[in-house]
Amino acid sequence: MLMSWIWLGMVSVSILYGAATGNLSAVSAAVTEGAGSAVTLCLGLAGAVCLWSAVMELMAQSGLLAALARLLRPLLRHVYPRGFADPDCAGAVTLNFTANLLGLGNAATPAGLKAASHLARQSPGAASDELCRLVVMNTASVQLIPATVAAVRASLGSAAPFDILPCVWITSLCSVCGGLLVARLLERLHR
Amino acid sequence: MTALLVPALLFAVGAWACYKKVDLYAAMAKGAAEGLQTVKRILPPLVVLLSAIAMLRASGALDALSALCAPLLRLLGIPAETAPLLLLRPFSGSGALAVGSELMARFGPDSTLGRTAAVMLGSTETTFYVVGVYFGTLGVKKTRHAVPAALAADLIGFVMAALTVRLFFG
Repeated sequence: MLMSWIWLGMVSVSILYGAATGNLSAVSAAVTEGAGSAVTLCLGLAGAVCLWSAVMELMAQSGLLAALARLLRPLLRHVYPRGFADPDCAGAVTLNFTANLLGLGNAATPAGLKAASHLARQSPGAASDELCRLVVMNTASVQLIPATVAAVRASLGSAAPFDILPCVWITSLCSVCGGLLVARLLERLHR
Repeated sequence: MTALLVPALLFAVGAWACYKKVDLYAAMAKGAAEGLQTVKRILPPLVVLLSAIAMLRASGALDALSALCAPLLRLLGIPAETAPLLLLRPFSGSGALAVGSELMARFGPDSTLGRTAAVMLGSTETTFYVVGVYFGTLGVKKTRHAVPAALAADLIGFVMAALTVRLFFG
């Protein structure tokens, strides 16, 4: 529902602002241009998105997902000390994070929800500290290969669509760590 | 270095899969089919959103919004032109993709601004959607500090995206 209001807001602001600045004919032309560019964009990135999705599926099926999960488990144990007391919950937390890392949204969400239902039991009624951490880690996307964005860049004629990888990795790492740190500080205030 | 990264990754994953006796061809075809679903899923909202964003751009309102946010964003080292992207990012994934790709098309994917928009898109998530899915499914009403902390993570992401692009690409 929120997006409906945002959309209506964007359209009414364009009309009012366009009328005030005398740009109404440009606004009118932009309607079909914008719709057309959405299709061009999607066609342009379809190939690359499909290919990366194929590579990720291959990683999942050949056990790389499981190997990466084993590698990250000790690290995640420190973030969810109570959750890791239950092996079932530990597995779900790890799979959620690893699948997010590889951009496997279809695998990440079910695992995340399973982990969340475990962590929610820590404090019935209100979100537990560790549940908040799980949500923060899921809202701060940590992705090794930002396939869609790279595909957009490629379709727009970028010379090296993946040259932003180091920036994306550093930025993601900072936002996850920063988010967890803020959560840590705020959890004392929100008792 | 980055020129070799992608081909090498493809080879390494493929070789590992064959060593593990995975049916590479079938697995990749299955994955690609899922990718097609993704594209199919983002096309309709993108059509709806990009028409509205193109209208906003043509009316001059987007530039006015950027100018309005410029003083605050300059303090954070963020290019003012990304203001519409920052505002939409937490609410709508396809909206952010629409604004972000419009920025990349307008300023060029290899420009500082285009790269900043790309890094912002690639390293943040649709915060309110994720919060809604998790807490909605569980029926947890008291979300405590989850939303402020998640939004703080977004803000850190935006600042770091601008900073890293400036550091790596000048």
